[in-house]
Amino acid sequence: MFSDRRLVALLTISRREIRRILRIWVQTILPPAISMTLYFIIFGNLIGPRIGTMDGFSYMDFIAPGIIMMAIINNSYANVVSSFFGAKFQKHIEEMLVAPVPNIIILLGFISGGVSRGLMVGCAVTIVALFFTDLKVYSLMIVITVVLLTSILFSLGGLINAIFAKKFDDISIIPTFVLTPLIYLGGVFYSINLLPEFWQKVSSFNPILYMVNAFRYGMLGVSDIDIGQAFLIIILFIIILGIFSLMLLNRGTGIKT
Amino acid sequence: MKSLSVENLTKVYANGLKALKGISLDVNEGDFFALLGPNGAGKSTTIGIISSLVNKTSGTIRVFDYNTDTHFDDAKRCIGIVPQEINFNQFETCLEVVMNQGGYYGIRHGLALQRSKQYLGQLGLWDRRHDVSRTLSGGLKRRLMIARALIHEPRLLILDEPTAGVDVELRRSMWDFLTGLNQCGTTIVLTTHYLEEAERLCKNIAIIDHGLIIENTSMRGLLDKLNKETYILETRDVIPKSTMINDYSMRVVDNYCMEIDVEKARGLNTLYAELSRQNIEVLAMRAKSNRLEELFLSLVENDKPRENENVL
Repeated sequence: MFSDRRLVALLTISRREIRRILRIWVQTILPPAISMTLYFIIFGNLIGPRIGTMDGFSYMDFIAPGIIMMAIINNSYANVVSSFFGAKFQKHIEEMLVAPVPNIIILLGFISGGVSRGLMVGCAVTIVALFFTDLKVYSLMIVITVVLLTSILFSLGGLINAIFAKKFDDISIIPTFVLTPLIYLGGVFYSINLLPEFWQKVSSFNPILYMVNAFRYGMLGVSDIDIGQAFLIIILFIIILGIFSLMLLNRGTGIKT
Repeated sequence: MKSLSVENLTKVYANGLKALKGISLDVNEGDFFALLGPNGAGKSTTIGIISSLVNKTSGTIRVFDYNTDTHFDDAKRCIGIVPQEINFNQFETCLEVVMNQGGYYGIRHGLALQRSKQYLGQLGLWDRRHDVSRTLSGGLKRRLMIARALIHEPRLLILDEPTAGVDVELRRSMWDFLTGLNQCGTTIVLTTHYLEEAERLCKNIAIIDHGLIIENTSMRGLLDKLNKETYILETRDVIPKSTMINDYSMRVVDNYCMEIDVEKARGLNTLYAELSRQNIEVLAMRAKSNRLEELFLSLVENDKPRENENVL
């Protein structure tokens, strides 16, 4: 698919992104691990026993997959939006633009960074979760696939946000006002079967619901929605956002004069 | 062969500003070419388009016969860019900055490291390769950008004001480095506000103003256009107020200093003879201003009426 030169360029961007994540691990890895620990303590340990079981599992077991997925979504998005906007802001994105690096390689390079951080944080939160509950894995294949696809999807989201961002405020608006409400209403802490029928239908328009449930299915073997439908929606979003991102890069939106 | 060929290049910004109004210029292989112009003349826009950081409105650019519209990768591989503003990741080390750029050009790690050592070494940065780049001084940051631009060994190096804000010593060592590079066959296109720099380094020159090329010739040819130069003379004894030098316009600046206008056709020999005849002993003599500067100012001054045409 890629020539040797393009592969070297892709590996260079990926390596640079991973170095960045590790260089500032106090900002990239540690905070999500701490905040997710608090979720486990408050919702799992303190409130969970009073709630009882959900879909046949203890509340702690039920929310653990959702919390891991929440960390993956937030961090894959945050990595690309901050890294790409930082490159724009400091103008070192020009290093790539003057070189014969095709836009698809730039896109894949930044996605690889987002996926890497999603995986690193996902692993850190999973380790934290093991202190609170015995994590089960119903299907490792589904778990890995959902994690990869979700982090790819939100990396693309972060990239689009960064392309349009003109100032630092612009990179926090979407996570605060769009992403966080969607995650919290996406079935991380509850089963949508608990909602009235109308709100169940409203929730079905929330794409994060499909990712959380697909991941929960991989871990526990239970889901509020059809797993095939979940994969279809995730892949569909990846294709749409992928094409849109590439189109923006080809037009030079936000990066060329 | 032409290193760079620009034909009818235009750029109209979204706000209607016509930055380039159809410029054409050729740079031959091996040339050291100066692209001069006042602030906002269109130099950086031209370089931005050549380096693909700015989208052109119309026109054609060829780099070593590669059309940038159709042979994008080949053209880019031939060009090295040293931009006006610092544009590397200031959180990376010097070595990382250069190595990453090599990676973007598809250069494998071993070769990139070898070249990094070569160019960082030549530019006096190898000992500081592990320093975070933001800790470098302004001059060293510019050197780092030159090393980065050379990592893929481009045949055409474009430098946009590389010595701006650089101290004299560093500037002169940079001149020597660039001269050596040019002598080894690299074509160099330079924009600068230091006209002494352009005069000293460049063989050919284009002057751009208000988005148009107003002069495109050899440095020699351009300097030949200068008809008159003003020299400042310092004398050993007090200059009598009544001093007159035949056929030369002169002004006494102070007791030991005078300015004399010398027309090119007349030359300096008769001036020396006249000074000797009047027993005026000259201790030092220097041009009042840089020759190129005089020409540049007169050309740009002549171009002023176009100023109001800038906005659509």
